[in-house]
Amino acid sequence: MLTLAHFLSLGAILFCLSVAGIFLNRKNVIIILMCIELMLLAVNMNFVAFSRFLGNLDGQVFVFFILTVAAAEAAIGLAILVVVFRNRGTINVSELDDLKG
Amino acid sequence: MNTTNMLLAAPELWVLTMACVILIVDLFLREERRGIIHMLAMITLIFAAIITLRADYLSEGLRSATAFNGSFIRDPMGDVLKLFSLFVLGIVYIYSKFYLRQFRMFRADFYTLSLFALLGVMLLISANNLVTIYLGLELISLSSYALVAFDRESKRGSEAAMKYFVLGSMASGMLLYGMSMIYGATGSMDLIQIADAISTRGGDDLLLVFGMVFLVVGLAFKLGVVPFHMWIPDVYHGAPVAVTLFISSVPKMAAFAMAFRLLHTGLGELHADWQQMLSLLAILSIVLGNLAAIAQTNIKRMLAYSTISHMGFVLMGLLPGTASGFGAGMYYVIVYSVMSAAGFGMVILLSARGVEAEQLDDFKGLNQRNSWYAAIMAMVMFSMAGVPVFVGFFAKWLVIKAALDAGLVWLAIMAVIFSVVGAFYYLRVVKLMYFDEPVTESPIEAPVDFRAAISLNGVMILGLGIFSSSLIAVCMSSFGA
Repeated sequence: MLTLAHFLSLGAILFCLSVAGIFLNRKNVIIILMCIELMLLAVNMNFVAFSRFLGNLDGQVFVFFILTVAAAEAAIGLAILVVVFRNRGTINVSELDDLKG
Repeated sequence: MNTTNMLLAAPELWVLTMACVILIVDLFLREERRGIIHMLAMITLIFAAIITLRADYLSEGLRSATAFNGSFIRDPMGDVLKLFSLFVLGIVYIYSKFYLRQFRMFRADFYTLSLFALLGVMLLISANNLVTIYLGLELISLSSYALVAFDRESKRGSEAAMKYFVLGSMASGMLLYGMSMIYGATGSMDLIQIADAISTRGGDDLLLVFGMVFLVVGLAFKLGVVPFHMWIPDVYHGAPVAVTLFISSVPKMAAFAMAFRLLHTGLGELHADWQQMLSLLAILSIVLGNLAAIAQTNIKRMLAYSTISHMGFVLMGLLPGTASGFGAGMYYVIVYSVMSAAGFGMVILLSARGVEAEQLDDFKGLNQRNSWYAAIMAMVMFSMAGVPVFVGFFAKWLVIKAALDAGLVWLAIMAVIFSVVGAFYYLRVVKLMYFDEPVTESPIEAPVDFRAAISLNGVMILGLGIFSSSLIAVCMSSFGA
């Protein structure tokens, strides 16, 4: 029998994976964008699980909002990515180092 | 509770409508008539302020009123913050118009994006529900990411936008994760119901404390306090000055309102827990912000680190959890926005012919080139350093007093010591302006509306300082202190 703890653990594992992905990845910005999406989905998992086990619909409604915002966020992220590539000719994370001080 | 009371959100609806109108009007305008967009944006701000001032709920004798099933709240704090956001954005527009024209970036995108960000600011200030908080925050963030990349040919701008996007999205993720925990622990999205649930069930729930930690981390990212400050210097440095000017002033007021609503309205019962975390963040920001600013030679980066230390002071106002503390924090954040607008306004003023005046050396001998502008910049710097008579002093004084009243003596002592350290780099700018020889003799030119706005902004810093009691009284009474 699956309990709330199982779902929360899954959410936590996904969340940790995405944070680790953002920090460990030194190569490609697209992977970071994917990690950000994964992070939001991990949160969605939490919301749906709580909503189901609390018998309260609010959490599921919030999930719809998060999905919509995540789509907008991905659009902005990819647009910025295109601008970065046009200006610098690379999307390598370790080469984004002009700003320092 | 009145669920259909949409009129309470009239200022937001007006801003939303006008942002869409400007988006469409721009399609039918020829390049040389873009000035109309600027006028429309200013009209939007003026009418939004008028609509905000017509607060009907106050005449009915209410302290606050909610709409949309309690997810939207109008109260005096929100109204005051909204009015100042509108006012500061008006100044930002006047400065930006000069900058954007000079740098051939005068496009309507700037106005639509910043109006959508303003909508987010107003929504966040009035948010009374986890969903509205998240939506308001994302509206600000998404518009700001796009604004930072506004100069599409700029290498630095696109890099700054990418960094801002990644760190900002991660902060939203943290905040959301915290929200999901709090929802799980209390079974509600409404801040007032969350507070009720915590007070009946007690605040020692592990899930709840866990959620609060993530929430504070997300908040700290958005406010830009140490150790979550890495994006601030890069974004301020990489973005066009007009955009830096915007993101350093208006959204800070919304961030303060968000911190107040989440931490006090929602998690007021956990005050002892978040007080510890915030005091650590506050002290680190004040120390690190002031020390790192000394090492900067770029004025945008210097002001960025100064922002970090100022946000530390704002957190100090939130710490005591008392009405007078919140009043002090609100006063600080308003004053900071006005000062920051003036500071970046001066950077815009000195930028000429497609070159941003972003080095400290560009301020050399400003007094010989134009003594009035030098005087304005000197007032800004004295005010940020917290020299008496100027408004920044009263803000610092109130915040430190609130911390002392709450018994946080060590925090207050550290804040005073590092304000003195911070005075060094502010006064260095004054020294450069008055005692060094100018690098260039070229006259400083600006259109009349720019000169009027920067003069008003400078005089405000002095005037609000001399007549400080009225604004302080407004801020304090917003919280019933």
